[in-house]
Amino acid sequence: MFFRLKPSAGQPLYLQLMEQIRHAIENGALQDGAQLPGIRTLAEELLVSPNTVAKAYSELEHAGVLELRHGSGAFVSVSRRARALTDRVRAAEKRVSNLIEELRAEGLRDEEICRLFEAGLVQQSEAVRK
Amino acid sequence: MTNAPVIETNGLGKSYGKTNAVRDLDLTVGPDRITAFLGLNGAGKSTTIRMLLGMVKPSGGSGAVLGKSIGDPAAGLDVRRQVAYVSEDKRLYAYMTVEQMIRFTSSFYLDWRADVVKTLLKQYDLPPGQKIRSLSKGMRTKVALLLAFARRPELLILDEPSEGLDPVGIEDLLQALVAQCAEGTTVFFSSHQIAEVERVADQVCILHHGRLVLDASVDDIRQSYRQIDIVFPSLPAELQVQFQLAGVENIRTRGHQMNVFASRNADAVVERARDLHASSIEVTPVGLRDIFLQKVKEN
Repeated sequence: MFFRLKPSAGQPLYLQLMEQIRHAIENGALQDGAQLPGIRTLAEELLVSPNTVAKAYSELEHAGVLELRHGSGAFVSVSRRARALTDRVRAAEKRVSNLIEELRAEGLRDEEICRLFEAGLVQQSEAVRK
Repeated sequence: MTNAPVIETNGLGKSYGKTNAVRDLDLTVGPDRITAFLGLNGAGKSTTIRMLLGMVKPSGGSGAVLGKSIGDPAAGLDVRRQVAYVSEDKRLYAYMTVEQMIRFTSSFYLDWRADVVKTLLKQYDLPPGQKIRSLSKGMRTKVALLLAFARRPELLILDEPSEGLDPVGIEDLLQALVAQCAEGTTVFFSSHQIAEVERVADQVCILHHGRLVLDASVDDIRQSYRQIDIVFPSLPAELQVQFQLAGVENIRTRGHQMNVFASRNADAVVERARDLHASSIEVTPVGLRDIFLQKVKEN
């Protein structure tokens, strides 16, 4: 499994790592029962503090996505609920890519599409808050 | 597990004649993490480190390393056993060979790990028979790291460890720091290279003109520090005052444009801008580099 963390992005590295592990599980790159590298190994590979990896693993364990076995490491544990979610995410991916194709056909540039998605999400979450 | 600070100073200061190298420093370094000590050359980083190690006598204030007061000569020996220090000039005996240097250093420590030495000699590709004098700066740094790591110190202090290293050397160094932290050593290192700090550190302290101008967790910086660019088609009255919100560190205006630098509360800034009928609001994360420049310029 390959992870790429961006130190310049406005998101803590442990959250970036969590998202990438989640994404890898959703798209099937990491399957149920797969073993993740040890904290030290992954920290050395990514050149990040071991605390970053430890925090990502422990939050994912809390969320029921990983199982930490003492002395042997972290394993992917995909629950039934999560598997259903995977299917939903795959279906959504298809719909999003169709919409993107449509918008491109209408002459919108990728940055504009990206900005529209972001603005739409921000409006949604604000509406929820109010 | 205890969360007692590994390094703690209260009002620590050092002046040389009329020059204040370090002023009124309150520094706290937590255990089991990597803390970076950033600052320009001459900001007072080395002086601070030397005071912590008992090599320079403070002119004021107090401090403790691993719970032992830094002025206490009886405790000094204890601390020196548990703390490994890699100095800026990597002071080693130039006339010794790598092997002699290792044997010499090992004789001072009861907990010397010969297996670690063996592994690192190979990993760092160090020539045991070569004299220290004839080694490159990168190689000398590796010898100094090897000597520090062979002891499994509780605290590892490094003064500008990446100085003079090439990109590969810096990668090796950062990897070594990460590995050491994973073994439970608290790492405190000074640097003026922002890129290397940004990745590997848990906490960042910025020293400028001998004063601490920032002490923040890197997660917190990524999560909360924001730059907000706002455009007002018609300028509201008392614009600056309107944006003096909690967390706003700096405001700059140029014509119809305004730039707000916030360490938290970016949402409140955006809301205020909307209320004042801004025509464009753009929020971008702030890198450590921008924060560093900001702090250095305003102080």
